[in-house]
Amino acid sequence: MHYQTESWGSYMPTRTTMGMGDPMERIERMASESAVVIFSISSCCMCHAIKRLFCGMGVNPTVYELDEDPRGKDLEKALTRLLGTSSAVPVVFIGGKLVGAMDRVMASHINGTLVPLLKEAGALWL
Amino acid sequence: MQSFKAASTNPEFYSHSSFYFRGDDSDRNQTRFTDLGELEQSATAFPHDDAVVLSPSSMFSLKANNVGGVPDSLQYGTLNVGGCLDIGSTITGTGGGGCVDTGQQQPYMYQQQKGTTSSGNGHFENWGDNSAMADNSQQTDTSTDVDTDDKNHLHGVQHGALMVVDSTEQAKERTTGDQKTLRRLAQNREAARKSRLRKKVYIFTFHRHAYVQQLENSRLRLSQLEQELQRARQQGIYIADGLPGDHGHSVAGNGALTFNLEYARWLEEHQRLIHDMRSAVNSHMGDNELRILVDSVMTHYDEIFRLKSIAAKIDVFHMLSGMWKTPAERCFMWLGGFRSSELLKILGNHLEPLTDQQLMGICNLQQSSQQAEDALSQGMEALQQSLVETLSSPIHCPTGSDNVADYMGQMAIAMGKLATLENFLHQADLLRQQTLQQLHRILTTRQAARALLVISDYFSRLRALSSLWQARPRD
Repeated sequence: MHYQTESWGSYMPTRTTMGMGDPMERIERMASESAVVIFSISSCCMCHAIKRLFCGMGVNPTVYELDEDPRGKDLEKALTRLLGTSSAVPVVFIGGKLVGAMDRVMASHINGTLVPLLKEAGALWL
Repeated sequence: MQSFKAASTNPEFYSHSSFYFRGDDSDRNQTRFTDLGELEQSATAFPHDDAVVLSPSSMFSLKANNVGGVPDSLQYGTLNVGGCLDIGSTITGTGGGGCVDTGQQQPYMYQQQKGTTSSGNGHFENWGDNSAMADNSQQTDTSTDVDTDDKNHLHGVQHGALMVVDSTEQAKERTTGDQKTLRRLAQNREAARKSRLRKKVYIFTFHRHAYVQQLENSRLRLSQLEQELQRARQQGIYIADGLPGDHGHSVAGNGALTFNLEYARWLEEHQRLIHDMRSAVNSHMGDNELRILVDSVMTHYDEIFRLKSIAAKIDVFHMLSGMWKTPAERCFMWLGGFRSSELLKILGNHLEPLTDQQLMGICNLQQSSQQAEDALSQGMEALQQSLVETLSSPIHCPTGSDNVADYMGQMAIAMGKLATLENFLHQADLLRQQTLQQLHRILTTRQAARALLVISDYFSRLRALSSLWQARPRD
């Protein structure tokens, strides 16, 4: 299994010989299904904050609560590896591309790059 | 002739009679008095030793040291501001205990009720009219302008008596000459009063400045003491609580103390940089040099965020408590520091003129910082709610040992939740830092310099306000 993790700005998935059960594949698939995807844990407060951020902007994100997924643990591990940090969640994908955790999301919002990204992905109008 | 000194002990004598005012211009009178009233209000907030009570309701009071000097017209000048306000309302003569000196050459007249006025009555000067003239003609020492004739006149006045004008020719001739003298007297009084007011304002400002200086010195001394304490701790002298083995406390204590000292040092350096930048802006320094100064201020801001991040790992509660700030700053802080959205409100109109693009950038920044703040605030609320649930959940198990295990389990969960506090604080600091950086990106060098000055001044004033509040005299 190979996971290619280049920069946070773009996430290029590599096809593996494993089946659809591969966590990374699943993540990639889930991330491409909606404009804005958030991987979260229901008891995590920072996840709550990031959800409130998007809702406050008028975006309707698709949220996957990993603690409610039967194979959530695998996904968590995969995300931790992807991000390179100790905590897997929250993680945000926009337009199928990885944006990052709370600090990256907030930074991009402040520097004005988040809204264009959302518009491009069709998550935001106006 | 009643002696001036004796009269001074009965302040009610002065409550009305000695003022000349023009009935027609009563509205102008009122306006001026209002201005003085505002001055009076601000002055009363700050008592000082030589204060004459400044309140609308007070009678005139002569200071003891003024009495016994030359009993000239200017004594009346010590009437306080409030005295002016009384004029309009308390015209009715009490007369006090004094007697009218009917031997006086100059009858005094003023408008009491409309009915008592005579034709010669309309030329009294408004206080305000001659203020400029009076100021120019009288220097600070106005006491020498009064001649002895005036002194006599005033004695008559101080009796609080009303003298009705008699309508003979003789009286009319006298009145024309009198009016000039009266006008001059009025001007003298006005100038003296203004001069005394100015003196009071100056004293007030001086004392306030002295207070603030004193407070700043105290803070510096406190900071020095903290430094000594820190040094003592490092040498192994544990002054604080707890057992020698209680390293946890002292480590956290050291973290807090260390940060407080580092912050104090940072603030000093920050003020120095701001001062340099201010002189650069005022001296119209070139953009290239100014940019260097602006960049140095920005880099210095990065430094405090770095220090905060290190300190938060040692003692997150200390960083959230804001104990290293002044009370007023602490009261209005958010998640361990200033609100980014508030920063932009502080800047307000100071950044103009802005290009359209800049304006849009600022608006977007305002909105996004507000949204980020709201999100973090809601996250914090969720955290608190979650802690409440954890700590308040009952332990169901009946047996004793399992109770302990449950309790420990509960505590472990709670510990995990507390750990996210550090992340929230970190995100809040990041937000602040990024807001500043984005601002720096949007603005030109000169605008950024102005912005940094405005921000620095705001917090500086907030700190001064805090000191003043704490030092305020309590009744």
